[in-house]
Amino acid sequence: MSELSLDLPGTTKRLDVAGSTHRIVVAADPQNAAQAQPGEARSYGWRLLPWLLPVSIVLAWHVLSTTTNIFAGVLPGPLEVVDAASQLAERGELQRDIYVSIRRVAIGFSLGAATGLVLGVIVGLSSLVRGLLDRTLQMVRTIPHLALVPLMILWFGIGEEPRILLVAMGTLFPVYINTMGGIRNVDPKLIELGRSYGLNSLELVRSIILPGALQPILVGIRYALGVAWLTLVIAETIASREGIGYMVQNARELLRIDVIVLAIILYAIAGWFADLATRLVERRLLRWHPNYAKGTEP
Amino acid sequence: MKIGATLFIRSVGKSFGTRQVLRDIDIDIPAGQFVSLIGPSGVGKSTLLRIIAGLEPLSAGAVELESVNPRPDIRMMFQEDRLLPWRSVLRNVTLGLRNGDEQARLMLSSVGLEGREDEFPIVLSGGQRQRVALARALIHEPDVLLLDEPFGALDAITRAAMQMLLESLLARRPRTVVLVTHDVEEALLLSDRVLLMRDGQIARDLTIEQDRPRHRGDPALAALKEELLDGLLAAETAH
Repeated sequence: MSELSLDLPGTTKRLDVAGSTHRIVVAADPQNAAQAQPGEARSYGWRLLPWLLPVSIVLAWHVLSTTTNIFAGVLPGPLEVVDAASQLAERGELQRDIYVSIRRVAIGFSLGAATGLVLGVIVGLSSLVRGLLDRTLQMVRTIPHLALVPLMILWFGIGEEPRILLVAMGTLFPVYINTMGGIRNVDPKLIELGRSYGLNSLELVRSIILPGALQPILVGIRYALGVAWLTLVIAETIASREGIGYMVQNARELLRIDVIVLAIILYAIAGWFADLATRLVERRLLRWHPNYAKGTEP
Repeated sequence: MKIGATLFIRSVGKSFGTRQVLRDIDIDIPAGQFVSLIGPSGVGKSTLLRIIAGLEPLSAGAVELESVNPRPDIRMMFQEDRLLPWRSVLRNVTLGLRNGDEQARLMLSSVGLEGREDEFPIVLSGGQRQRVALARALIHEPDVLLLDEPFGALDAITRAAMQMLLESLLARRPRTVVLVTHDVEEALLLSDRVLLMRDGQIARDLTIEQDRPRHRGDPALAALKEELLDGLLAAETAH
């Protein structure tokens, strides 16, 4: 008798051999049945699983930096970073920098994503507009938007505009490409159905084309959020007076490694929150979709 | 009560490029008649149906619809259910309607799906999904109902249940029906008239006068089935 590997939770599969007869038995396994319940019924341990790695890394970092001196002068311990954070918070700088950065990402991302969405929908729907715009947009898309930094500064100076515009440019294209592709890939049979059920163009877009393209659109938005933060890091290191990027720039000049590490952690947390938000939106909007219906842990 | 519309199909022809699929088809379908179109695959049955539905442009001739209704309505049910996966069962049925919730609930219960209104199509079985599609077509009270092999992908038992359901719904509210099927027995059980297509034309026009409800074992139907199958086979080899 031997156990066979099987990935079905709550089930065991084994091979019985009696003489020359081979028998495969697949049976319910009540001990592991809890795992078979997707979603809510999962145990505490399962929910804590994603935290295991980050918590262990921070713990190891703490232990190594307090008991040994391999990080001395290179990497401050987690407690020192927390200390730096509280000092900055006391002076009100931390809150201000976080607020400014989030505000820039929010405005730039909204601008870029909205433009990308509208362009993607129009280009996806109309072959006339596609013929007119798509070639040009695909060409502009391949320009690394960060290459425009010097130009932006020359045009707009060192105010808020160049930063927000750069973030907007970074987010526009991922959203545009995924929206256009998604719309062009909506099942033509469903569109025909909508037409034969008397939907006008607006209703057709709202009830069939946009929901049908939603999945790739959300992929684009998720990717664009990552690009938005990346762009901001660059945009804020140039001639900035506030924001997380400025905080890093300043810290480098003052040799404050703890503040630099703090900024990196802030970016990681921001990225995590952005991802969490898009996942929640995905789960809500795509709850009809078998892959999103259950078991997607935030 | 509406009893459907009269359909006049006049010298209808259809070509895809140089290939002529339908040639000079002339059929009058009186209001309330249930007509089945049978024939080998690729003979143009579905194309004819799509032309009647206005989903396909025709190359020659005309299709006319005559009804007491000021705005005669045609609805089509496809072989695939074509439910919108992102809409609940209820919202699928109310597609294209305003304030149709109450009506949709009634319609869903008449196809045996009461209590499933808020579920998404993904959790339904193939037969249940076709029931939703049927409810979605019938809620508009169409003068003409077009069925393009709607039960073709279902298993035998589900298919028999769907045929009975369709028959009972039509008995309550008769309307003109055109059914495309490759199942001769289905055509004989349900229709008043069977049209056999061959080479893009109507080869046989058969009136079925048996009383309803009909039974599969009926010897008269069995004889007709034999005859039609022979016709089909001949059409297939000619094809």
